[in-house]
Amino acid sequence: MLELIQRAAVHLLISLSGVVLATVIGVVIGVILTRVPKLAGPVIGIVEVLQTIPSLAMLSILLVFFGLGNMTAVMAIFFYSLLPIVRNTYTGILALEPALLEAGRGMGMSSLQILFQVELPNAIPVIVSGLRISLITAYGIVTISVLVGGGGLGRYVYRGIQMADMAMLFTGAIPICLMAFLTDLLLNRLEQKLLHR
Amino acid sequence: MVTFDNVTKSFSGHTVISDLSLEIPRGQFTVLIGPSGCGKTTSLKMINRLIEPSKGSIFVDGQNITKVSPVDLRRQIGYVIQQIGLFPNMTIEQNIEVVPRLLKWPKEKRHQRTRELLEMVGMDPKEYLGRYPSELSGGQQQRIGVLRALAVAPPLILMDEPFGALDPITRESLQDEVKKLQTSLGITVVFVTHDIDEAVKLADRIILMKDGEIVQNAPPETLLAHPANDYVREFIGKKRMKANYDVDLVREIMNPRVVTTTRDKGFAESINLMRKRNVDSLVVLDKEGRLEGVVTVENLRAVAGKQHIAQIGEVEMKSVPTISMNAQAREAFDTLITEKLPFLLVVDSKDRVKGLVSKTSLVKALAGVVWRDDEDDE
Ligand SMILES: Nc1ncnc2c1ncn2[C@@H]1O[C@H](COP(=O)(O)OP(=O)(O)O)[C@@H](O)[C@H]1O
Ligand SMILES: [Mg+2]
Repeated sequence: MLELIQRAAVHLLISLSGVVLATVIGVVIGVILTRVPKLAGPVIGIVEVLQTIPSLAMLSILLVFFGLGNMTAVMAIFFYSLLPIVRNTYTGILALEPALLEAGRGMGMSSLQILFQVELPNAIPVIVSGLRISLITAYGIVTISVLVGGGGLGRYVYRGIQMADMAMLFTGAIPICLMAFLTDLLLNRLEQKLLHR
Repeated sequence: MVTFDNVTKSFSGHTVISDLSLEIPRGQFTVLIGPSGCGKTTSLKMINRLIEPSKGSIFVDGQNITKVSPVDLRRQIGYVIQQIGLFPNMTIEQNIEVVPRLLKWPKEKRHQRTRELLEMVGMDPKEYLGRYPSELSGGQQQRIGVLRALAVAPPLILMDEPFGALDPITRESLQDEVKKLQTSLGITVVFVTHDIDEAVKLADRIILMKDGEIVQNAPPETLLAHPANDYVREFIGKKRMKANYDVDLVREIMNPRVVTTTRDKGFAESINLMRKRNVDSLVVLDKEGRLEGVVTVENLRAVAGKQHIAQIGEVEMKSVPTISMNAQAREAFDTLITEKLPFLLVVDSKDRVKGLVSKTSLVKALAGVVWRDDEDDE
């Protein structure tokens, strides 16, 4: 039981690491794209291509750079998470009513103040929605990252399959499903709460 | 307070404002008005540097605004827009406190000011401080929009069609509130609208624009009384001109449909006519259309049944004061009111009856115009 909790924790930790890294970098990229719209097409195009790479292929490629272990999983999650976060940050900011920006500017906010007090706070519900998708995808990637020496609940699933041990398989699979379900539920709630309407 | 000095603005070669020079007086309510696309918004936004002029300079409070950073300038000038633009992620309190926070006011001072502002427009702070804009009606939201602009008590406020999206009743009450605030706080307001009624109601000065130029710059009374040209006349509309009784002539406000009769008309016929037209008196004219007198219901009642009367001319008539159709409307109203008359008959130069002026005409003439306390200024 202790081992199960430990593995679940590792599973969550690897997922969060990748997603948090992608959020930090993805939001920055998204914001830059709103400032330099010319870059938006090409950059989002590249990020989209990343997402089309099958996960086993992605893990194998990254294995070359990061070796066996959790780091490869974290990086794979990072690349997969970029698209929803970059895209949602970008569209979330662009979709804001122009009147908000005009009001902010007209009242004497600097462009950084507009970014942090108006644009990002109001785009956050959309960004959180990207985060939710990323995190749920991440649970799956961690699961198969066991093939490149990753930890987490995937170990149970993998061993369960190898040994045709259904109990073992479900020991891993059920907590993963539960995590995905709870993540969806909680982040959905958060999104609604952030909307204020 | 605000001076435009030969300001020109072009957008990619297309001139929108051409060589505009203008003085907006301190402490007054100045309204920029004109048809859509005439450059009102552009002019307004050049004052807080949301748009930079292509040529010329603008001074606020004697200072060339290019010498102040746009951000500092804007924090000293209130700004209200039609789309309201309250921040949905902030509570009402946070929205009102945006500029105080930018100016780093201490929390105590901010909070006190916010409460004071809400009370000023009769909104209970306890009820509204913690709410989000989406929980408020459009009218309430714009009320907050106005308060937000007033938060640091700027001496100058710019408003771009702030009430254009509101329903008429809400608009009226917000207009009243803003006018009251402007007078009591003694602030300078530059207000953009395309609604002449709104302009006349609020303005100390109206600046009527067309294609980026000023057509007329005058107090509303003058604009109505002495339109500079046909364009102005058309813009303010015929109806609106009649509304200003101070300058109107009796002929313009009189009711031309007077119920008349002649001496030789039958008694019964006349009574029938009164009933049909729903009037309590008949104006008796001679063959040339000149006034003989007025027969009222009382006159008729006095004789009814007592003697046989064939013609209306046999009934005793009342004399009624008359006024020339080219007299000032004000004179007619003054006579009506001071002498407590039900109506005055309007006659032309040959004493022919052309219409009448009653209290109803007075009310109608007033209906379009909102009385202004400062009408003596002119
Ligand atoms: N940013 C802009 N770029 C190009 N043309 C503009 C821009 N802003 C306004 N215009 C043009 O300038 C003219 C005046 O616009 P505006 O000042 O908004 O008019 P108003 O507020 O009186 O309706 C219009 O013809 C409009 O199309
Ligand atoms: Mg406009």
